[in-house]
Amino acid sequence: MELFFNPFDNLLCILLGISFTVWVTLLLVFIIVPAIFGVSFGIRRLYMKTLLKIFEVRARCLSIYFSLLVNELTIIAKEPTSLEEEIKEIRRSGSNKDLDSASEFEMSDIFYFARRGVESIMDDEVTKRFSAEELESWNLLTRSNNNFHYISLRLTVLWGLGLLIRYGILLPLRVTLAFTGVSLLVFLTSLIGLLQNGRMKNVLSEKVHLMCYRICVRALTAIITYHDSENKPKNGGICVANHTSPIDVIILASDGCYAMVGQIHGGLMGLIQRAMVKACPHIWFERSEVKDRHLVAKRLSNHIQDKSKLPILIFPEGTCINNTSVMMFKKGSFDIGATVYPVAIKYDPRFGDAFWNSSKFGMVSYLLRMMSSWAIVCSVWYLPPMSREEGEDAVQFANRVKSAIARKGGLVDLLWDGGLKREKVKDTFKEEQQKLYSKMLVGTQEDRSRS
Amino acid sequence: FYRTRTRTRTQIKPDSVNSVISASAAHLLRLHQRFQFLDKDSRGSLRSEDLEAALSENPIGVRIVGAFFQQETVDFPSFVRILAHFRPTEKNRTRDGVQPDPAVGRKCPSSVAFQLYDQDRDGKISRTELLQVLREMLGLQVTEEQLQSIAERAIQEADLDRDDAICFDEFRKSLEKVNIDHKLSVRFLE
Repeated sequence: MELFFNPFDNLLCILLGISFTVWVTLLLVFIIVPAIFGVSFGIRRLYMKTLLKIFEVRARCLSIYFSLLVNELTIIAKEPTSLEEEIKEIRRSGSNKDLDSASEFEMSDIFYFARRGVESIMDDEVTKRFSAEELESWNLLTRSNNNFHYISLRLTVLWGLGLLIRYGILLPLRVTLAFTGVSLLVFLTSLIGLLQNGRMKNVLSEKVHLMCYRICVRALTAIITYHDSENKPKNGGICVANHTSPIDVIILASDGCYAMVGQIHGGLMGLIQRAMVKACPHIWFERSEVKDRHLVAKRLSNHIQDKSKLPILIFPEGTCINNTSVMMFKKGSFDIGATVYPVAIKYDPRFGDAFWNSSKFGMVSYLLRMMSSWAIVCSVWYLPPMSREEGEDAVQFANRVKSAIARKGGLVDLLWDGGLKREKVKDTFKEEQQKLYSKMLVGTQEDRSRS
Repeated sequence: FYRTRTRTRTQIKPDSVNSVISASAAHLLRLHQRFQFLDKDSRGSLRSEDLEAALSENPIGVRIVGAFFQQETVDFPSFVRILAHFRPTEKNRTRDGVQPDPAVGRKCPSSVAFQLYDQDRDGKISRTELLQVLREMLGLQVTEEQLQSIAERAIQEADLDRDDAICFDEFRKSLEKVNIDHKLSVRFLE
């Protein structure tokens, strides 16, 4: 009996061994080696284009189906007028003033919004439009579409197939890569830490950091487009960016070397932090030191004064924001008197929501979510450096930088802090209406400055 | 769940609702479907949260719910009755200025609109209340100074007895020539 099983066992082992070798070789050749040298085969971009095509076809089919559904339920005859036309019409029927010269607020303006409100209660075309838009970008990730009901068998099958591919093929691949990247980082930086301080050490540490971050980027299948690389941060400066998720760090650090700032954690994170600081001077604080603002400021300014040290990477919002807006910047980093290099990061929402809602998900479940999405597509803009001007205090400077980042990234520049973080994305339609109405009443910036 | 649905159905007495709005059975049915859609946890009545959720894209959504749907819970007959305020008037009705007809149970449109401004129901629109409404309608698109100047101008124009607030009569006067009926009415599809 045993003799019978032995050759079979052997065969199985051989097969497993071969497939494992093939797997690792492919991994090495197509992913790790390019990462080391910083070249790209363009496989990821091809992948992104294919995904987009598939989504488009799906969306077209879905929107046809959905619009048929919607038509049955419409009970209101809505005239297709815009906000401006309607409000002007309300006013015109009232006063006989010359309308164009008097775009002032009238008490009757509220009727427009009231009527729209009642219409929405009776027949919610607006929300339907939103759901339809959500459907259009239904990227086969039902996570992003909570109100989604069962539509057809074919779609469910497709979704199941997508699930299989994502969790069965992509996820293991990415986890392997992530492991490789992180362990290489820890191992190599500890090695470099043994060298003498000097030019050789700096050069090597730069190379190692870049290589490991590039592997991590591939582990997330992040397709990043860098704009205006001539403005990349230089030594002795502070790099400031908007914060959407912990992945921001990986995205920025794979294109340039930065000194990170943060709190020392325990566990795996702490291990990585301690290893990194051996190779090049990052700024890690103990939990107790974080509260002491003067200490933080002192360490930061000491670091930037040493021109041989790398630029500091800071996220002044202090917390992850959902990538539709930029919140108030905390002024600490703007008080030190260094040159600030702003960077805007914008994620493409079609490929999944990269926002880390720290109250809902822990770090590990967040990373797993990211690694089981199709891809992460984002754009990074390097803005020209800014310094604090005469007579400007830290808060004004921070706001100036914030507006520049918001403008470049196409994000909404919010004036105040807190509470706005958990606002649903639906608010932007409300904002559209507010924008149109305010444009009518007070005109745009250019009109105002001209008159 | 099944039982709740049938309960709501039997509660609709077509005659009582039909006397309020002259809508066909088909319209009623569609409104009922809409009511059930808004009633997310199928309890047979709507709470203000359900209505506010339907109005989340409206700058003054919460205000509309507070002003028009003043009860804690809204059952289907009340739902229809309130929405009936917005039915288009018959051709022989005169414009605003007509006394509310108690038999029909319909309020005159300008008092409905007044409720939108006057949140504390003291019969006057104070400067603060006006500023609040303006802030809601304009959002973050205007500065504090611009808001103040708009409110200032509006009060100066409408406030005739100079008490720095707009009472209901002053409000109606400022809307004198507007055909409010038409502007607040929503036509049902034939």
